[in-house]
Amino acid sequence: MSLFKNSRHLALAQAQVVPDSELCVQCGCCTYNCPMEIDVRSYARKGLPILESYCLTCSECVNRCPRGVLRFEKITNPTGS
Amino acid sequence: MLVRYVIIGSGIASLSAAEAIRQRDSTGRITIISEESHDFYSRPGLAYYLRRDIPEKQLFIRSAKEIRELALERIHSQAIHIEAKQHQVQLENGQIVPYDRLLLATGALASSPSFTGNHLRGILKLDGLDDTHQLISRARKAKRAIVVGGGITALELAEGLHARGVKVAYLLRGDRYWSDVLNEEESKIVMDRLKHEGIDLRIKTQVEEAIGSRGEIQSVRTNQNEILPTQLLAVAIGVKPRIDLAQRSGLATKRGILVTPYLQTSARDIFAAGDCAEILDPQTGKSQQDILWPIALAQGRIAGANMTGEELVYKKEIPFNVTMLAGLKVAIIGQIGGGSQNDDLVSVSRGESETWRLLPKTILVESLDQINRIRLAFGEKSLQGALVMGDQRWVRVLKKLILHQVDVSAIRGALTNNLHQILPRLEQKLNEWEHRNKT
Ligand SMILES: Cc1cc2nc3c(=O)[nH]c(=O)nc-3n(C[C@H](O)[C@H](O)[C@H](O)COP(=O)(O)OP(=O)(O)OC[C@H]3O[C@@H](n4cnc5c(N)ncnc54)[C@H](O)[C@@H]3O)c2cc1C
Ligand code: SF4
Ligand code: SF4
Repeated sequence: MSLFKNSRHLALAQAQVVPDSELCVQCGCCTYNCPMEIDVRSYARKGLPILESYCLTCSECVNRCPRGVLRFEKITNPTGS
Repeated sequence: MLVRYVIIGSGIASLSAAEAIRQRDSTGRITIISEESHDFYSRPGLAYYLRRDIPEKQLFIRSAKEIRELALERIHSQAIHIEAKQHQVQLENGQIVPYDRLLLATGALASSPSFTGNHLRGILKLDGLDDTHQLISRARKAKRAIVVGGGITALELAEGLHARGVKVAYLLRGDRYWSDVLNEEESKIVMDRLKHEGIDLRIKTQVEEAIGSRGEIQSVRTNQNEILPTQLLAVAIGVKPRIDLAQRSGLATKRGILVTPYLQTSARDIFAAGDCAEILDPQTGKSQQDILWPIALAQGRIAGANMTGEELVYKKEIPFNVTMLAGLKVAIIGQIGGGSQNDDLVSVSRGESETWRLLPKTILVESLDQINRIRLAFGEKSLQGALVMGDQRWVRVLKKLILHQVDVSAIRGALTNNLHQILPRLEQKLNEWEHRNKT
């Protein structure tokens, strides 16, 4: 087993971006790099998963966040409720 | 009667306090006094702005609508004195601002270097957005820059100026980077990467004198007696909590403004939160200083709530930061000292906690996967600290184990240096713990 998994593999499965808000320094690198202009920072600040239907799960925000705040998590309940 | 809340400072402690107050009191008057005229911005984000990762407008952390909803009154001036008995603050612009509850959220300020010529124009620090503007405008004209200091900010300065096309020499007094937090191997990885990026990294080199002409810096003389020409000297040798106002006004201070776990200062109706505040450990009478965004945010929230009459207690968390060092993500959790003294800092640096320098009685386990590394520090029963360099997949597990002090003594007995075996077992311990503690 590899100790270091690539988050892209997960992204390809049904996944959503989930923040660890405690760590976020609100720098905005995620929002700036999101091709869909989703305000990722505001989700991160509030500790909410990104449930916007137009999120491509492209992993751009996850990779650009300098603080490791964002990660992919498998959607266990697709309605997100 | 409307309560008059006054907050000095406009950083994250100030903003989170204002939000916490507004959540609980929709009509009270909230006045923010700050010498900074900008809207609320991300201070750690300044490094990414300097490095051109984001444009300036990305730094601002609340929308115009969110700010309007807070209904704040802002005064752009410096607070110069607090008359605690009369419940009023005196400002530099002559104004007197009365308060019912006051919050000091004055942050920390970068320490000044002591070498000869330290007053010259072109010697810059990185405290706020105005400094960043100055750095950027100097970098536009400068061919060469010199960076001195240690910790995260010095490195961010070196990389930021380099990204702006300036030839950067980064001088370290000691023989390796951030030697009280990183171990030798980790320092070496970061230093090699910096050199590879094109930064002229020099060890055991110290500025003895800054030499200028007509008040402008032109070169520095080092302890090696070398003259290095430069148009910019960026300094990040540590920060100090801003306690001058509190001190002048008769509040109890030590390294920071002393507060109770309710974040109350020694004066009635005055609170303090963020980088400027200091909470002493009742057992030791000492404190470990943190200059960390999440801690300033959490304290601001609690101080704000308590200003409206609640009685929330601030509980110190295990200091944790993830940062980019020479393009590598590095997470630092709890006590994980680098084992050496650090000559590049005169005080704690931004984005740092003094706790990280502590090294408990430990067994250290390291993994070498070229750049992906994990270093663990075990105490008697539980994990005390961890440093994760590169891939961050294990950070969440390690953080929880340290935060909850999960008993992992069963594993400790069988420690090998093979993390491929240890990490899954640690994860299992956490799962068991979480299962037991599920209510
Ligand atoms: C370049 C950089 C990188 C950083 N990196 C990290 C990191 O990686 N991780 C991390 O956790 N933290 C990091 N930090 C630290 C983090 O930004 C601080 O811990 C946090 O911003 C502290 O917030 P604060 O509200 O306590 O103080 P500050 O944000 O410093 O705000 C203090 C405010 O008070 C004002 N003020 C002070 N005195 C007066 C007065 N007498 N009258 C009026 N106004 C006054 C100041 O002008 C300022 O606006 C970094 C900081 C910088 C600058
Ligand atoms: S990039 Fe990361 S730290 Fe910065 S705002 Fe986004 S989630 Fe927060
Ligand atoms: S995964 Fe891609 S589309 Fe979705 S929020 Fe992040 S950057 Fe935007």
